[in-house]
Amino acid sequence: MFDTVLDASVVGETDRLRELHLSAYRFMLQARLLDEKLASLYRAGKIHGGVFLSRGQEALSVAIGVSLRKTDVFAPLIRDSAGRLAFGETILDSLQTCLGSALGPMRGRDGNVHRGKPREGYLAMISHLGAMISVVNGTLFARRFKGVKDVVGVTCIGDGGTATGAFHEALNQAAVEKLPLVLVVANNQYAYSTPNDREFACADLTDRAVGYGITPHSVDGTDLTACLDVVGRAVAQARRGEGPQLVVASLLRLCGHGEHDDAGYIDPKKKNSPLGRDCLKVAEDILLNRQWADATEMAVWRNEALRIIETTVARVQREPAPDPFAEHWTAISTRDLRETHDELGV
Amino acid sequence: MSITYLEAIREAQAVALRDDPRVFIYGQDVAAFGGAFKATKNLAREFPGRVFDAPISEDAMIGMAVGAAVEGLRPIVEMQFADFSTAGFNQIVNQAATLFWRTKIPCSLTVRLPFGGTSGSGPFHSQSLETIYAHYPGLIVMTPATVEDAYSMLIAAVAIDDPVIFCEHKFLYYHLKAEALPSEALPVGKARIAREGRDLTIVAYSAMVHEALAAAAELAPEGWQIEVVDLRTVKPLDTDTVMASVARTGRLLCVGEAWPWGGVTAEVIARVASEGFGLLDVPPQRLNAKDTPIPYHPNLWAAHRPTARAIAVAARKMLRQ
Ligand SMILES: Cc1ncc(C[n+]2csc(CCOP(=O)(O)OP(=O)(O)O)c2C)c(N)n1
Ligand SMILES: [Mg+2]
Repeated sequence: MFDTVLDASVVGETDRLRELHLSAYRFMLQARLLDEKLASLYRAGKIHGGVFLSRGQEALSVAIGVSLRKTDVFAPLIRDSAGRLAFGETILDSLQTCLGSALGPMRGRDGNVHRGKPREGYLAMISHLGAMISVVNGTLFARRFKGVKDVVGVTCIGDGGTATGAFHEALNQAAVEKLPLVLVVANNQYAYSTPNDREFACADLTDRAVGYGITPHSVDGTDLTACLDVVGRAVAQARRGEGPQLVVASLLRLCGHGEHDDAGYIDPKKKNSPLGRDCLKVAEDILLNRQWADATEMAVWRNEALRIIETTVARVQREPAPDPFAEHWTAISTRDLRETHDELGV
Repeated sequence: MSITYLEAIREAQAVALRDDPRVFIYGQDVAAFGGAFKATKNLAREFPGRVFDAPISEDAMIGMAVGAAVEGLRPIVEMQFADFSTAGFNQIVNQAATLFWRTKIPCSLTVRLPFGGTSGSGPFHSQSLETIYAHYPGLIVMTPATVEDAYSMLIAAVAIDDPVIFCEHKFLYYHLKAEALPSEALPVGKARIAREGRDLTIVAYSAMVHEALAAAAELAPEGWQIEVVDLRTVKPLDTDTVMASVARTGRLLCVGEAWPWGGVTAEVIARVASEGFGLLDVPPQRLNAKDTPIPYHPNLWAAHRPTARAIAVAARKMLRQ
């Protein structure tokens, strides 16, 4: 997590922006390299189930992570590997979950992107799209109820997920309660194979915000500077008590829906349009052009990230898998109320 | 030629589209893409104007199908995974299931649920929901275990005037193959004796039929003859076939992949216990998944669901009594 409390009056706005960009870029780079490692582990048959990558969405996602404080709430979704790292998740947590380690935060019970640490304000998504938004509302409602101030909650969704009933109910709820919610929509043009025109018919997804009475923001999701600016502003406005904010980013998913998918349905015209720019490359150009970093530094960061990823993979691969005989086969926390009948699985 | 369970489901939909102009297919990614599992592959091309991509709006997907059924059409709705049908649950159980009873207008719609566990799929892509749908009056719940049944029961489902929850097991999609598609089928609602025996009856459905058959094969060299009853539809439940089998064997073990509390296995045992208590030589038993969400890790998953091994262990215990 990048602490945005650097005092502008001391170090100056340019320095603040430089630090913000450098920090964001390094998380993006880590996320991209981690994704690539996950893809290769998947192809080698080392990961059970699916692998879902964030390629092309790192700039948007990282902007969330670096705009939040440790005391905020974050409920990332399927393509938030960069935001997760920036919010404070370790590469270890991520790999332990994806490789099913018994020592990981999910203990092999859940996998891949379905991970989190709710006590740390880092919610663990379920698959059902739209379902996390009202849960974030609940955490914000509770913090207000308890008198905790200065909190923001951010959650993410895709263009496809905006068609769920849960999305509409939760946005309306956040507006009615005037909660400090920032909902970030990554419009990557497709929901699995389905293009935007079969998902919604409004001219722009920010139109939705108007209907709920919440503040809309649009951003080019391939441009790190724009993402840091717009997401940062939305978070600041929510923190100031201006109610829920809807950020809609335009970008393209530069990978399959999951690693099983070759994404042959993506229109080549879209790939060759500005939407199809690789945000990581765009970010590199920004840093180089502004002389905030040079190629040598970037190579060092890349090698450092690769080294951490490789050593962490090696470590996690030596960790124990969950043991079904040691597993507590109960889903109830109240000890006295656990079923004891054999058939019920205890 | 050999055909998989998944291909049989595709073929059945092609037949339904071909033979009945009232049929259409609605679901996420089902048109040009052919569905997440390719169960509707090429159907949009072969049947223009009959296969439609839906937004990620399960509630509205079922609601629209109910409206279309009121107008006399016969929608087939594909849920991308059974687990996501809970987002359309209200429309299924309160709208579709009550329509005929309230208004005399039948609600002919088929909801296809790719369901059941596969290794590594975790808590939200593995669920078996036949039990909760069977609980609601007004729904028919099918759970085919074979390629032949997947084909003929889906054709039957579309022709039935009531809402059918068609539970197709993802584990069987690619594993299960048949030489040819059947031209005849048992009537809907009739169970099937999948293997004959005289020492113990195992009642199962869907993927668990194959686990039960493997357990029966394991017990055969020990001298035990196990009868396996495949329920085919869990609602209606063919109590007669089950009872006749128990009358032959005197022992009943029910196996289901769904959670243990209530449910199909409990229903079978309740019926046999109340209507055929005297037929039982030993207390009837059941095996289900454990009472927790479905774990992601293959080690945990394998212990969570009933397997041939677990079934054989349970059967041996009963046989020695
Ligand atoms: C309620 C619900 N229905 C269906 C699905 C299956 N599903 C998983 S991801 C996906 C497409 C999501 O598209 P989008 O929201 O645009 O996110 P993206 O994958 O593009 O990041 C679908 C249909 C689901 N997860 N939840
Ligand atoms: Mg999308």
